[in-house]
Amino acid sequence: MSDVSDLVLDARGLVKHFPITQGIVFRSKVGEVRAVDGVDLQLRRGETLGVVGESGCGKSTLAKLLVGLEKPTAGEIMVRGEDMTRLSGHALRRARRNIQMVMQDPYTSLNPRMTVGDIIGEPFAIHPDAVPRSGRERAVQELLDLVGLNPDHINRYPHQFSGGQRQRIGIARALALRPEIIVCDEPVSALDVSIQAQVINLLERLQRELGLSYVFIAHDLSVVRHISDRVAVMYLGKIVETGYHMAIYEQPTHPYTQALLSAVPVPDPRLRGHRDHIVLEGDVPSPANPPSGCRFRTRCWKAQPYCADHEPLLQIRQRAPHPSACHYAEVRDLLHRH
Amino acid sequence: MTPVTDIKAQMDVLPGLDPRAPLLHVDDLRVEFRTRDGVAKAVNGATFYLNAGETLAILGESGCGKSVTAQAVMGILDSPPGHVTGGRVLYRGVDLLKLGEKDRRKVRANRIAMIFQDALSALNPVYTVGFQLAELFRKHRGMSRASSKLRSIELLDQVRIPAAKDRINDYPHQFSGGMRQRVMIAMALALDPEVLIADEPTTALDVTVQAQIMGLLAELQHQRNMGLILITHDMGVVADVADRISVMYAGKIVEEAPVYDIYARPAHPYTKALLESIPRLDHKGRQLNVIRGLPPSLTDIPSGCSFHPRCGYAREICRGDQPPPSYQIAPHRIASCHFIREVLGV
Amino acid sequence: MSDTSILAAEVPAVGRPRSLAGDAWHDLRRSKVFWVALVLIVVILLMAAWPSLFTSADPRECVLSRQHKPAGGSAIFGYDFQGCDVYAKTVYGARYSIIVGVFATLIAGLIGAAFGLSAGFFGGWIDAVLSRFVDVMLGIPLLLGAIVLAKRLSSDPASNGVFAVTVTLGLLGWTTAARVMRSSVIAAKNQDYVAAARMLGAGNSRLLFRHILPNSMASFIVVLTILLGINIASEATLSFLGIGLKGDAISWGIAISEATGYVRVAAGPLIWPSLFLAATVLAFIMLGDAVRDAFDPKLR
Repeated sequence: MSDVSDLVLDARGLVKHFPITQGIVFRSKVGEVRAVDGVDLQLRRGETLGVVGESGCGKSTLAKLLVGLEKPTAGEIMVRGEDMTRLSGHALRRARRNIQMVMQDPYTSLNPRMTVGDIIGEPFAIHPDAVPRSGRERAVQELLDLVGLNPDHINRYPHQFSGGQRQRIGIARALALRPEIIVCDEPVSALDVSIQAQVINLLERLQRELGLSYVFIAHDLSVVRHISDRVAVMYLGKIVETGYHMAIYEQPTHPYTQALLSAVPVPDPRLRGHRDHIVLEGDVPSPANPPSGCRFRTRCWKAQPYCADHEPLLQIRQRAPHPSACHYAEVRDLLHRH
Repeated sequence: MTPVTDIKAQMDVLPGLDPRAPLLHVDDLRVEFRTRDGVAKAVNGATFYLNAGETLAILGESGCGKSVTAQAVMGILDSPPGHVTGGRVLYRGVDLLKLGEKDRRKVRANRIAMIFQDALSALNPVYTVGFQLAELFRKHRGMSRASSKLRSIELLDQVRIPAAKDRINDYPHQFSGGMRQRVMIAMALALDPEVLIADEPTTALDVTVQAQIMGLLAELQHQRNMGLILITHDMGVVADVADRISVMYAGKIVEEAPVYDIYARPAHPYTKALLESIPRLDHKGRQLNVIRGLPPSLTDIPSGCSFHPRCGYAREICRGDQPPPSYQIAPHRIASCHFIREVLGV
Repeated sequence: MSDTSILAAEVPAVGRPRSLAGDAWHDLRRSKVFWVALVLIVVILLMAAWPSLFTSADPRECVLSRQHKPAGGSAIFGYDFQGCDVYAKTVYGARYSIIVGVFATLIAGLIGAAFGLSAGFFGGWIDAVLSRFVDVMLGIPLLLGAIVLAKRLSSDPASNGVFAVTVTLGLLGWTTAARVMRSSVIAAKNQDYVAAARMLGAGNSRLLFRHILPNSMASFIVVLTILLGINIASEATLSFLGIGLKGDAISWGIAISEATGYVRVAAGPLIWPSLFLAATVLAFIMLGDAVRDAFDPKLR
């Protein structure tokens, strides 16, 4: 399973700092937002890695780094033995074909002035060697069919489709260049409840049929649990806990994971009053000025003076069977009745 | 602190107000939007009631008419294009729809309050939070500058804003998302309403903050014995806080039931399908059940039962002219479907 | 029931893939506003190119004895202060008004688009420098700038000043267009579909011309149609001040400014060229509106 040859994506030490500047013509740097601050992640063939965290934890920046929309401040992203961060020009364009993204908002991610045929065919126009010109229309129609849309609708414009259908168009565009990896950035959070399931099922079917690997980024822990094989929990630019979904959901060890899980509402009123509720105080600190040592310590009920001085590493610990970035990591079951 | 005189006594008495009548009873409410593309029937006969101290969840997808219902009850419908075309909104026996705008405004400020999803746009960005709160007390309660300020601090304390004394001088954008939601709750509760309508109050918030806000709402409701209408699409949040649920589809309430019943044994195919289509945190299922198709366009609602094009139980009778009647299944349980028995599995 | 059958707009299925321009033309052909505007513009252009098609009278044949005489014969609009045929003058005036208006607007549009696109698209210090330059340009009063520029450009006493006025107005009038373009480009640039194209490996020119420009044209076109009217009117102001068209050049602007002094005696010489001017500006505004709507698929 953990055969190295299975590894389709291997990111190490990813860092992205955004400078905070002042001045208009003459800018001076007055600080930096540490959006992503040292993230490692591995993705294997046919696997789904879920990344969860609250807003501002850096998960969307991580997605942009992985698909090359942002250049990392430090770190490497290995895809097929090539470091994406070192490529440029033609080589980068070719490498990008292998890693595509499905975006969150189906209303802004499609150019309103292009037909569906042009939108899904754009990858072929940019990479003319992918499909010969004569076969492009056919290829677009096959893609439409693949994502469950009517292939006859290539001349329609995005606004003639519903949110769920637009998301399918976005998925078809991402699939056009036959990538191995798809980064899904909150792909269902803008959709209605009854439509979410359609898109989730579609993503699962495509994974089975095409052998895709997903990095599935979301704030909804229920959706992530449903679709992921492994899960990474992010807080303030760092992964605080990672492991197989059973490990994260049934045996969470990091206090933040535990708090997150306890806060997620479960659609079962019988659990009311029977679940552990960990209510976190306050808000997430600003990533421009993260706390020293352990970044979660300002909201953590287990925090000790030691946490302020020593940054916990993401590693397997005595009471944590999977990697956890807490000095006092300990399994606690939060989902079941007590 | 200057004495706060009896709040309810200060308010002009509404004609016909009966303190023993039910707190809120919405009866066959109908709302239409007249647009360029035709008449959109946003609410098509919504009926529900709310008792003091109770939480009623109105559950539905976007475009089902749940927010429009709330706006019609509040009397803040955009008109035109929106028009209430029928029904009654009874507050303690008084039909709010028949009141003049002046009385309506009084009810809105003092008796029924509302909070929204987006607190940042609901608060005025150019005034401090303290000023906006104090203004309420000065205008509606005739309180002095000093005492209204004290009362504002007290209220921000109640919604657990740390260092409320200092923060009343801050502007809305200086608060975080969760804190802003608290400020909006404080403003809504300032004049001690009996009914609070919360329209997707936590949708824009992170889960940990959502838990804080829902906890706060539940606590304030308990203290004040307030009726709470929670408008949401989130079946998880509903399961945690609601007493009763009204499920809305295409402008109609298709099922109404106490919270335990609806999750254990949904009686309407739509409710059942919704429950089966959501991923669950507490177990990893295989394939999600899908509701095929899309919610109908409000300008073109299917005849008969409006859910029939998407329904697995649908037969000829569902496509006819008449929508299915509302069947009383048990005390406090109503569902509008020809095949309740099949759905319930009896 | 297929889940797409409730979509409002039914587009004929399949067939040849269509382009936005093709669809826009398909729509334009069915737009009344477009045809009205087009007919008006064609008439005005004909007037500018071959004024003799419309009148056999000579606009320069002025007889003082006919001063302010009412309409009669071929002079259907009557005579002005100098005793010239107002109709003939108005017809002949179209040429320079149109040349100045259209070309000054084109120059301003090109400069404005180039500035706006580069400032908005590249951002950073390029934006900072370009935007400050626009601010400086905005600070120059039109008249003062025009006096300096037009004087320099029309040093040749033999020229009639059309070139000088056109270039002057073009060089001074592009700032609003640039600002509007810049803000539309910034709004379009940050849309997800631009990021999506970038992710697919699209180069800058593709991003600009396939994604950003088509989505930033709407307000730019509106600004240009308004600018066209302003330019025709500004030509009149400059000519009135003696730094515009020179010699015996005829234009609506000159005619209007001459006639304003005698409006109490005879309104005709003021009203007719003004009406033609208004109709021209209106025709271009209508054309701009029709084109903008045709390129917006949401209105289809």
